[in-house]
Parts: sequence; C-alpha cells; structure tokens
Amino acid sequence: MLEIKNLHARIAEDGTEIIKGLNLTVKAGEVAAIMGPNGSGKSTLSYILSGRDDYEVTEGEILYNGESILELDPAERASKGIFLAFQYPVEIPGVATMQFLKVAMNEQRKARGEEELKTPDFMRLVKDAAAKLQINTEMLKRPLNVGFSGGEKKRAEILQMALLEPQLCILDETDSGLDIDALKIVADGVNALRSPDRATIVITHYQRLLDYIVPDTVHVLYKGQIIKSGDKTLAHDLEANGYADIIGAAA
Amino acid sequence: MNMQTTTRLTAAEAALIEAFNNQIGELPGDGAVIAIRDRLLDDLKTSGLPTRRVEAWHYTDLKTLLRAVPAQAGDAGSDSRDPLVEGSAVLSVIQGRPDHKARAGDLVLSSYAEQLSNGSAANGLGALDKDDAVGRINGSFVRDGYVIDVPAETVLEEPLEIQFVHAGGQTHTRLPVSIGSAVKGTVIERHLSVASDAALVSHVSDVTVGEGSEVTWIIVQQQGADDTHLGQIRIDLGANAKLKLFVINAGGQLVRQELHIKVTGEGADLTLRGINLLGADTHTDVTMVLGHNVPHTGSTEIIRNVVFDRAKGVFQGMIRVAPDAQKTDAKMACNTLLMSDDAEFSVKPELEIFADDVQCGHGATVADIDHNHLYYLMARGIPENKARAMLVNAFVAEIVEELEDEALVEALEGVISAWLEKHA
Repeated sequence: MLEIKNLHARIAEDGTEIIKGLNLTVKAGEVAAIMGPNGSGKSTLSYILSGRDDYEVTEGEILYNGESILELDPAERASKGIFLAFQYPVEIPGVATMQFLKVAMNEQRKARGEEELKTPDFMRLVKDAAAKLQINTEMLKRPLNVGFSGGEKKRAEILQMALLEPQLCILDETDSGLDIDALKIVADGVNALRSPDRATIVITHYQRLLDYIVPDTVHVLYKGQIIKSGDKTLAHDLEANGYADIIGAAA
Repeated sequence: MNMQTTTRLTAAEAALIEAFNNQIGELPGDGAVIAIRDRLLDDLKTSGLPTRRVEAWHYTDLKTLLRAVPAQAGDAGSDSRDPLVEGSAVLSVIQGRPDHKARAGDLVLSSYAEQLSNGSAANGLGALDKDDAVGRINGSFVRDGYVIDVPAETVLEEPLEIQFVHAGGQTHTRLPVSIGSAVKGTVIERHLSVASDAALVSHVSDVTVGEGSEVTWIIVQQQGADDTHLGQIRIDLGANAKLKLFVINAGGQLVRQELHIKVTGEGADLTLRGINLLGADTHTDVTMVLGHNVPHTGSTEIIRNVVFDRAKGVFQGMIRVAPDAQKTDAKMACNTLLMSDDAEFSVKPELEIFADDVQCGHGATVADIDHNHLYYLMARGIPENKARAMLVNAFVAEIVEELEDEALVEALEGVISAWLEKHA
C-alpha cells in the first residue's frame, strides 16, 4: 500500500535536512510501528506523508497504492484515504466540531464521487462512533478542540479517523498525554479499524502503546533513516536495552 | 493685501451643487429648514469635500475618492425584500421614499418630510461639526424618512427591519427614532441595492435610547459594487440602558459608516461589534466617536475585518471620557485578517481621558489565516478554498454568536456566508 523509496526531505524554510534516504514498505492489513529517539524524524515523516508544505522532498519517492503522491496537497491525499492523527491537534475557535466533521466527511465523499451524507445519517454515525470512544456528545458542541483536555483531543482524533474510514492511518504519538484508561479506549478504537485493506503506521516513543496495538512490523528510525526492522519482539528489545546498541551497530 | 481663495471644485463637488440647485424647489422645508440647508450647502461650496488634511478624514480622502455623483434616484419600481429574520415587522424605504401608510404594531410612525415642512425637523438637521461631511450632505438633500416613536415599556417580540432599498441614483434619508424607557427589542437597519446602476446614498439615523431599555440595533450594509454609502448613526444612551450595536459592511464601493455615540445616563452600557467584509477595489471606513459623559458607564468595542484583493479598510475609534465620568470601563479591539498582499487596513484607536479613575484599553491585531489551522482542515480532506472560507467565517462568526438570539445569528451568518461565497 505504501512504498517509500530513498526519501530525502528538508525543512522548507531553512533547508535543514531531516529525512536522509528513508526506505519503508507497509502492506495492506499491516500495522507498522515506527520507533526512535527524540529528533530522529518520526513526526517529520508523518507530516511529509500528509502533505504539509513546511517540508520539501528533495529526492526519492512516496508511492501510495502504486502512485506517487508527492504532487498532491493535504486535502487530495486525505480524500484518497491517508489520515494523520496528530500529536498536537490544533484548537480552531469559531469552527464548530460537528460542522467540521460534516464538511470533512462530505468533501471526501464528493472527491470520491459519492453522495453527500444526509444530516440524520451523519448524526447517527457520529453518535455511534462517539459512544464507542466514550466521547461525551456535549464535547462535540464546542468549537473544534477548543478547551478539550489532552486526552479528549486524542480521542477526537480517533473519532475523526473512525468517521473518515481512511485506508492508511498514521498515528503520531497518539499515546502521549494519555492515562492508562484513555490509552485502552484509544487503542480499542484503533484496533476496531484493523482490516485486511487498511494499513496503520504507529509512531511512538514507548513500547507501552504496542502492548495494546500489537504491530506486525517494527522499524527503528534514526537520523532520518530506518536503521533496523523486525517484528514485535524488536520493540521489546528496545524497551529492555534502549536504542544505543542498535544505533551502535548501524554506525 | 487682498487674499483671495478660490477653491477649485472637483467634478463630484460640482455635481452635488448642481443637483442641489436642480432640486431646490422640490425639497420640503419651512423657513428655518431652508436656512439650514442653504448654510450646509454654502459650507460645502467653500470648504468642499474633506481631504486627508482633515484629521477625521485622514484615511478616507473623500474629495479624491468620490469621483462621480449620479442623478437623483427615479421612482423605478422596486419592491421591498424579504426581511433578514423571518417574521420581522418590515418598514420599507424604496428609492428614498417611505410608505407613509405603513404600520408597525404599537410604534408611532410619522413622516420626516412633514417635519421638514413644518420646521420641527430643523433641530438636528445640521451637521455635528465642521468636519461632518456626511451630516452636511445628508442635511442638504434629505427629503424624507420614517420618524419612529417607541412608547415606554414596549416589548418588540419580533425584530423591526427598516430596509432602505436602492436601485441606483441618489437617495438621502433620515431615521429619527425615539425609544422610550424600559423598551426591549431589536431593530435592523438594512441598506441594500437591487440594481447594478451606481448609487450615492446618504443616511442618518438619530436614536435616543430611554432609561433602562435593552436594545439591539443592527446595521447591515449590502450596497452594490459601484455604490457610495455615507451612513451615520447618532445615539444618545440614557441611564441604565443597554445597547448592542452591530455593524456589518458587506457591500459598496466607497463606504463611510460613522457611529456617534453619547453615553449620557449613569449605568448605561454599550456593546459595539463590527464586521467589515472587504474585497475588490473597495474602500470602507468605520469611524466611531464615543463619549462617556457621566460616571459608572461601560462599553466594549470589537471590530473584525476580512480584507481580500486590493480592498482598503479603515477603523477610527475615539473614546472620550469626560472629566466627571469616573468609573468608566471601556475596552476596544480591532482584529484584521489580510487575505492578499495588496489588501490594506488602517486602524486609529484614540483615547481621550479626562477622568482619573477609569479603565480604558485598546488593542489591534493584523494577521493572515493561521497556517496550522489551514493545514489541519486540509489534512481532513477539506479543499483549500473551502478551508479558507471556513476559517474566515470562524473569525467573524465568533462576534455574531455573541448575539445569542438564534434567528438573528443565523440571519447574519447567512449574510456573511453569502458574501464569502461571492468574493472569497
């Protein structure tokens, strides 16, 4: 589903290279975890996949379902099924959460040539999805993410993911700022979306999240490259021994 | 030495004077009114339209900006429009002509033309001061309008919409409204164009709000793309009265909307909210002069501007606190979203405080759309133009939502989204 080949990318503003020849393949149905120390380029990778224009790809290729997505803007990528659950979802005063959800769902449907949702159907979908994530519908009456706690913001991201039904889900540090109960709810939400035609990339610092969202593959990102790949046991090794050994071996 | 000053008239000034000479026989008015008109026109002849050298017009050089003056508006039949809020009582002024047979509940309506004829309009017809070009033009030419008395303790269940419908040409109207004590209600003063012919509109509302009244007054300006709109509202706010004044500019080529507010009763409170939606090559100026004249009064002013294309906007906000107006609490803010590199907005906040125990503040911000917000919306599949429109809408919707009344909020959001769909 996703093939990243020799990707080089830098910060558009000052030219600092962050991704330096990254290779990664994620198949349909796969849950791939990306781990790595601070500053290794994990969040940058998620932004680049989503199409954020603060970064420039200088070399290499990103193929999604066999097609390059480098020329697509974030909205086009989203309507093709790429979804990034943000580490720090922004608060947008004045944009009502429900209105935002409805516009996003309908714009994606429009882009795919599908019928727009009727209001009662939309309301039912939101209500059901919110209930599964134990989201109080009062929260959805507020402006988007405004006044949400850290945990509420993360749950709201997963709610959006459930409603938009993407093909490629990218979770950027979804575990940060969550207590153990919230973590379980969020992980259940993600697991409920696991399916043979959907791929998930879980970016995390810690093994903890991977106890709940069990990955098929684990990749270590360091200085803008994947320096080691393995199965879920790699995450346990990292938890026990830290990154030093792997980094040493790769150097 | 013999000093001679010859003011060279611009084409627009000459056309105004000619228009006056052509109408002089038809304009209603007794001796006192005629004397005031003549004086106003003399002032116009000698000092001309104001230029940037006049402080109050520094950012709106009317002499340069007003290029042409259309002929007087004809009768050309246009009808009243559906009100912004369904169920409103509607009073229409079509092409400058009110319908004096109209009725609106318990309100006492009379004819401004009649008050000009019998001279009772003389008091208040003149300009506010030597720089009051809007009052001068309006006072010279005004022929008619509704005069409204709202009896004490009236409760308007539905909004009253007074709509000024233009279809090109010159119209000059007045709206004296006397609101008694303990009145509750909403008035919508709406100016709209229904034709593409250029118009020159001058309008003055003269409003007194009686003791303990709670009034929402909304000015919605939706003139055409070639229209000049010179609007003014004069307000006297009585003791313990609460006024929410909303101004939405969503039209016109050259617009000056002046707000002259005197807070004259203790315990009175003013909430001013303004939204300026500006696009193309338009010029729009909102100028406020607010006097806190007595102790224990409050006001907040928030102006939000969205400027596209090569449009220029101005907000001048003057708050004067009189020497004995202790405990005044006034806060003013002006926030602007600049949507293009050629868009401009000038802000001139002024505080003149002569009392020592007051709280007054002002702030201004200018920004463009928050890049992170735009990215977030797009990352959810919302195309860029739609995402921008949502964010612009959010920026101004925050202000509208303060109105709380659902029907009003919906109506004004409709005005905003209709404008954005056309211009953004």
